[in-house]
Amino acid sequence: MAEAVLAVYRGDRESGKPVEYKVPLAPGMVVLDALHYIQGHLAPDLAVRWNCKAGRCGSCSAEVNGRPRLTCKTRMDSLPLDSPVTISPLRAFPVIKDLVTDVSWNYEVNRKIPAFTPRPGVQWKMLQEDVDRPQEFRKCIECFLCQNVCHVLRDHGKHAEYGGPRFFVRVAGLEMHPLDGLSRTKLLKEQLGLGLCNITKCCTEVCPESIHITDNAIIPLKERIVDQYYDPLFWIVRKIRKPGESTRT
Amino acid sequence: MTGKFETHEHDVLIIGAGGAGLRAAVEALNQGASVGVVCKSLLGKAHTVMAEGGIAAAMGNVDAADNWKTHFRDTMRGGKLLNNWRMAQLHAQEAPNAVRELEQWGALFDRTESGDIMQRAFGGHTFKRLCHVGDRTGLEIIRTLQDRGVHLGIDVYMECTVTRLLLDGGRIAGAFGYWREQGRFVVFKAKSVVIATGGVGKAWKITSNSWEYTGDGMALAYEAGAELMDLEFVQFHPTGMVWPPGVQGILVTEAVRGEGGILRNKLGERFMEKYDPKKLELSTRDVVARSIYTEVREGRGTEHGGAYLDISHKPAEYVKRKLPGMYHQFKELADVDITKQPMEVGPTCHYSMGGIRVDADTAESTIPGLFAAGEAAAGLHGANRLGGNSLSDLLVFGRRAGLAAAAHAKKTPAPVIDPKQVEDAEQEMLAPFSHTGGPSPYEIHRELQDTLQSLVGIFRNEEDLKRALAEIQRFKEHAANVSVEGSRLFNPGWHLARDLKSMLTIAEAVTRCALERKESRGAHSRIDFPEYDAAWAKKNNIIVWDGAGMALRQRPVPEMPEELKQILAEDK
Repeated sequence: MAEAVLAVYRGDRESGKPVEYKVPLAPGMVVLDALHYIQGHLAPDLAVRWNCKAGRCGSCSAEVNGRPRLTCKTRMDSLPLDSPVTISPLRAFPVIKDLVTDVSWNYEVNRKIPAFTPRPGVQWKMLQEDVDRPQEFRKCIECFLCQNVCHVLRDHGKHAEYGGPRFFVRVAGLEMHPLDGLSRTKLLKEQLGLGLCNITKCCTEVCPESIHITDNAIIPLKERIVDQYYDPLFWIVRKIRKPGESTRT
Repeated sequence: MTGKFETHEHDVLIIGAGGAGLRAAVEALNQGASVGVVCKSLLGKAHTVMAEGGIAAAMGNVDAADNWKTHFRDTMRGGKLLNNWRMAQLHAQEAPNAVRELEQWGALFDRTESGDIMQRAFGGHTFKRLCHVGDRTGLEIIRTLQDRGVHLGIDVYMECTVTRLLLDGGRIAGAFGYWREQGRFVVFKAKSVVIATGGVGKAWKITSNSWEYTGDGMALAYEAGAELMDLEFVQFHPTGMVWPPGVQGILVTEAVRGEGGILRNKLGERFMEKYDPKKLELSTRDVVARSIYTEVREGRGTEHGGAYLDISHKPAEYVKRKLPGMYHQFKELADVDITKQPMEVGPTCHYSMGGIRVDADTAESTIPGLFAAGEAAAGLHGANRLGGNSLSDLLVFGRRAGLAAAAHAKKTPAPVIDPKQVEDAEQEMLAPFSHTGGPSPYEIHRELQDTLQSLVGIFRNEEDLKRALAEIQRFKEHAANVSVEGSRLFNPGWHLARDLKSMLTIAEAVTRCALERKESRGAHSRIDFPEYDAAWAKKNNIIVWDGAGMALRQRPVPEMPEELKQILAEDK
């Protein structure tokens, strides 16, 4: 039977290194199957997160040959198998053990985002063409691959002042909800640091749900900030309006 | 003594953060209770994300004639009258409001032309009843509830496993568990506990369930003395992927059939014409699963032992819009373009109709202060669950469990934690590290999965079930000596060793119930007793710990009031 060699990162917060495992191949096998084989036969304590194994929960993110991927959707036959396949944990988050990283920071960012707030007296009717756009953002499975690949987090470690693509998508979903009555522009500018994004589109490239993160979420949100804070006409409108009143455009 | 451990105290402790657990949490928070939610995975990853097709609620947005009475009737008939009638009634009556609530918390369902929530057809439902978001309805629901809970101030203990319920005399006192990350132990003190841990599908080999579905909640409740009910009813979803082997069991949503998908055998015959000529592909899941299995057994299966499911007669754009997840799943995992080619599908273990016996109105188990909702609880679905009824179940009974748990906490004094129980729980968890040369938990798990798959599957008989019971006994002996390598730091082998205990307990209960029920009904098909038995229509199987071992007895199915009997007798 054909075999593949996987070089899997083994280690904890202190130290670690790739360890090679030989895995027999089966038709249609994905990287997560190979990791399960290793757990079941070679290294029972290999730490891996996974849930649905169908690309729907976003738990099994890792870097395969250096590319951020869902391991449950990465077919072994799509990889060159003449040299070991390297599997390493997401780089933008601290390692707990092996392929499991501490992603708790993401949950802290999420808490900062004000919930859906329906406009008072709203009629609960919406047209499909109006929900199409926010529905795209709600496809997000929180795999955090976009967070992992965003250089603001990955290379510059600006976790303290930046929300990351996942949460721009989340805010976009709320802001573009046809019945929401709250503006989150100030939050985007002042707490989530949207201005730090310089539109390299890395996040869009790795999104397993094919969400157009940059074009459909980030750029329109950036435009809202520009309109609200840097457009002279809106600046005057803001001055006239009472503080706290919605400046949704 | 408990000072030795990290301890958290809440009015209401919820075990499980899927739809039922989160809906319970939201309701208990609404009641002013302090709420803790413990979950084995990260928040938002529970199996609810895998619910694709939709949520059943008689809103009448597409078929105006739909109402709760029809939904009640469909549910009771689908469950072959073994359902708890009161649960079926509450469920049908309250589901529409549960969906409206979600919308008011920000969920975005697909729309009709007039701007209402869109509804689609599904097996066993008389009308177009399933509110949906493409084929990712479960994700929408879990994300909506997750965000609602976060903003109401829920405390979530992520990647934490409960291994034992703690009792104060006969009532609930809390739970003992461990953090998966560091392996440290933790004690939760609570006046009310809600079990919302889902089912036990991971005990079968071909399954749509994730690693978490190990029957923990049911086993914890059983060990604490609660009654379990009707565990023989295990649903095999008719359509899991069968090829390639790496994807075996992954769910193919019933929405494919709801949107007009046709099943054919290798001869090209639309075989459902034989088994249910009226409802065809939209027959109930038990019937469709058995039909596919029968075609395969009689030599008319596909190359890889399944049936063809074809939606390619619909416009490609329509398929991509209504079933985007399925389109990508087949394209990426099986190299199949479902807008052009048929899918190859076969039955996959999917859902436990049985579970913890609860009161219909309060979701309380037989232990005061212990509640259960969702798949972990029994009663609503009887012998077979209709598609779409699980998501509405989560919301309706999650809410009721949260409400009753908060009310119970309000009138109950703080419980006392018994140090002896905590000590026992700690010893149990440490034992596998002291065994050397014992079997690996992975090995026993594989054997258990093979055994249940072949002996406690879609078709059952006495001989197989007796063999399964003997095998499970043997696995239990092996599991007692299981040894674990490595440290307590995020150690999946150690985690599986504990999960295995729950799986073995519930596997035994399923097998005992299946052996006892000498008839065929809903998801339970006995080759040696192929007919309905009127006497068995009046009994629920009950599993309880009797102090020495697993005891099986029966309770009469609650008698339905006259007005519901009339609803049931009506035609449409």
